[in-house]
Amino acid sequence: MGFVSTKELLTIRNLRTSFRIKDTFYPAVDDVSLTLRKNEILAIVGESGCGKSTLATSIVGLHNSIHTKVEGEILYNNQNLANLTEVQFNKLRGNDIGFIFQDPLSALNPLMRIGEQIAEGLIYHTKLNKKQREARVLELLEQVGISNASRVANQFPHQLSGGMRQRVMIAIALSGKPAIIVADEPTTALDVTIQAQILDLLKSLQDEIQSGIILITHDLGVVAEIADRVAVMYAGEIIEEAPVIELFRNPKHPYTRSLLNSIPQTHSENEKLEIIQGMVPSLMKLPREGCRFSSRVPWLDESVHEKNPKLHEVGPGHLVRCTCWQHFYFEDKEGSVNG
Amino acid sequence: MSFMQVQDLKVHYPIRGGFFNTVVDHVFAVDGVTMEFERGKTYGLVGESGSGKSTTGKAMIGLEKITTGKIIYEGQEVTNQRRNRDSAYNRDIQMIFQDSHSSMNPRKRVLDILAEPIRNFMKLSPQEERKRINELLAIVGMSEDVLLKYPHEFSGGQKQRLGIARAVACNPKMIIADEPVSALDLSVQAQVLNFMKEIQEQYGISYLFISHDLGVVRHMCDHISIMYKGRFVETGKREDIYSNPQHIYTNRLLSAIPNIEPETRLERKIERQKVEAIYQQEQHKYYDEQGKVYPLKAISESHKVAMAGTEKGGL
Ligand SMILES: Nc1ncnc2c1ncn2[C@@H]1O[C@H](COP(=O)(O)OP(=O)(O)OP(=O)(O)O)[C@@H](O)[C@H]1O
Ligand SMILES: Nc1ncnc2c1ncn2[C@@H]1O[C@H](COP(=O)(O)OP(=O)(O)OP(=O)(O)O)[C@@H](O)[C@H]1O
Ligand code: SF4
Ligand SMILES: [Mg+2]
Ligand SMILES: [Mg+2]
Repeated sequence: MGFVSTKELLTIRNLRTSFRIKDTFYPAVDDVSLTLRKNEILAIVGESGCGKSTLATSIVGLHNSIHTKVEGEILYNNQNLANLTEVQFNKLRGNDIGFIFQDPLSALNPLMRIGEQIAEGLIYHTKLNKKQREARVLELLEQVGISNASRVANQFPHQLSGGMRQRVMIAIALSGKPAIIVADEPTTALDVTIQAQILDLLKSLQDEIQSGIILITHDLGVVAEIADRVAVMYAGEIIEEAPVIELFRNPKHPYTRSLLNSIPQTHSENEKLEIIQGMVPSLMKLPREGCRFSSRVPWLDESVHEKNPKLHEVGPGHLVRCTCWQHFYFEDKEGSVNG
Repeated sequence: MSFMQVQDLKVHYPIRGGFFNTVVDHVFAVDGVTMEFERGKTYGLVGESGSGKSTTGKAMIGLEKITTGKIIYEGQEVTNQRRNRDSAYNRDIQMIFQDSHSSMNPRKRVLDILAEPIRNFMKLSPQEERKRINELLAIVGMSEDVLLKYPHEFSGGQKQRLGIARAVACNPKMIIADEPVSALDLSVQAQVLNFMKEIQEQYGISYLFISHDLGVVRHMCDHISIMYKGRFVETGKREDIYSNPQHIYTNRLLSAIPNIEPETRLERKIERQKVEAIYQQEQHKYYDEQGKVYPLKAISESHKVAMAGTEKGGL
């Protein structure tokens, strides 16, 4: 699994990010604590709407303070990113923190040619002259698997396919060789061969500059291919965290189990996919006391729920919220308790 | 029998440049695609990013201008027909967009976004309309308190689900689903895929299912076409493609599918690089001198592969 250093690059403590709806702020990320080490890929997975992108945009300071409140600590280089001003943040973006957006179209300037958008970052973050920048732009586009780089450099965002835009975003994020890369679903629009190429590129960039990467994805295949550690989120909270092999081999929380069971497998043709019934409650309806998951497991006896479920360490680096995993019987695992 | 045919579809975009902004070249985004659709079946369209999948879909519903080729729906030619507001074709063929964010008007609330197709195509009373909207939300697993929100207040996956709800609103006959679940986590993905199959059984809907996820495609599709640089390199029944792939590009795609076994990822990377090296070495045999895909040639009743040495259009 590479050589993950023990040096903490980014430490998140009790992060809470809330959106204002009418006059109340509702937390979309609630009391999340995480660390990212040098040369480590930390994957964040979880159901749609559970707060992954909100966590990512909090780290890179892309929230507007009127509609959003970011509380807690995001420590990087002895500064708390949660308290930085926009001007201070602009200095960090590029060389220190690179961000790959989930939604490339909204992040690219529609009126600017692709080549100019990539070169813009190079003006701020490198000492290259114009000629060198142009060459670097083409090199970056080729690195992300765009074969006709000089044509694409001259095109506008709307003239590119979904996957090409996504790769342009990746090229921009990597152009400053940042110490931390926050990548929100970086490969969802890409076919598998290019996905593999991008993942290999992230890996090799990491070998070169020892970045730490926070990789948000719902694709557990990608997680298995590249992550060192995985955190599973549910309704704004982390419900399980473990080294990658441990998570796939020994998942504990029923939600993690259900994620692993919903993958279309090679022989599931025409069958129904397994799902945990129900859905994540919307922000305004989320229970703020007690456990957010209890509505998804209605058959569990009241007495087993913890009042305020905490993360418990069940193995080295393996954290699980609460205890309900002890009350499940999983067919493929012997030795599970209490059927 | 098929109810809709796409014949030798081509969409070429001019590239402008130079001093006078003249047309200097063309992008052959779609370069000769032929398909036909039967009721109640799902057709997969897989391929490299930028190979022309979305353009094919958009041309079929009339959002991109077709350069040459024909689209025939229930015996009538509908190619480049200006989409007049309430024609049957408009109602019957719907699209779920890859980029759900930009396909929604940011100033409209969810209620209006979902009501729009219903108002265009169905004559419902306000109460019936509201009931239908609530049904649609239930189908995609969202609660009614989202109705007064604006698109930016949703996560990526939530927006995608709204796009799906909008596409199915008027019981279409055919849905062009452009990466409908790639933004969704697995449990919602499973709900949506199960739902798509359910309404297919109920109403006999056909899908053109555009995706790069070969696991999902295998789960959903009866028939699969693999696209590369605007053309098909291979097309056939699901078993033809997965059990008997012929084209080098199909093989390359199949070998790159991620696997959920973290223990063996190094071996897989080595294997992948091996296939990649073979691909780089051998690919010239599979494309003509200009790098274009050869015409398709039938190797069995259902299975066609692009290969050299055939007369043009060896269908
Ligand atoms: N408006 C346009 N002007 C010029 N070129 C365009 C335009 N729209 C698309 N293209 C080009 O057409 C080609 C096909 O694009 P398309 O969006 O159909 O690809 P795709 O197969 O859907 O890819 P992806 O998997 O990345 O979504 C690309 O090379 C793209 O750059
Ligand atoms: N600007 C906003 N205003 C109000 N609510 C918001 C806003 N942005 C996000 N939300 C809500 O916050 C919650 C978390 O959203 P977020 O985008 O972080 O989810 P996500 O985990 O990234 O989901 P996905 O996998 O679908 O991208 C969702 O319930 C969403 O509706
Ligand atoms: S056992 Fe704990 S984690 Fe599980 S549903 Fe109950 S309170 Fe929540
Ligand atoms: Mg998101
Ligand atoms: Mg596309």
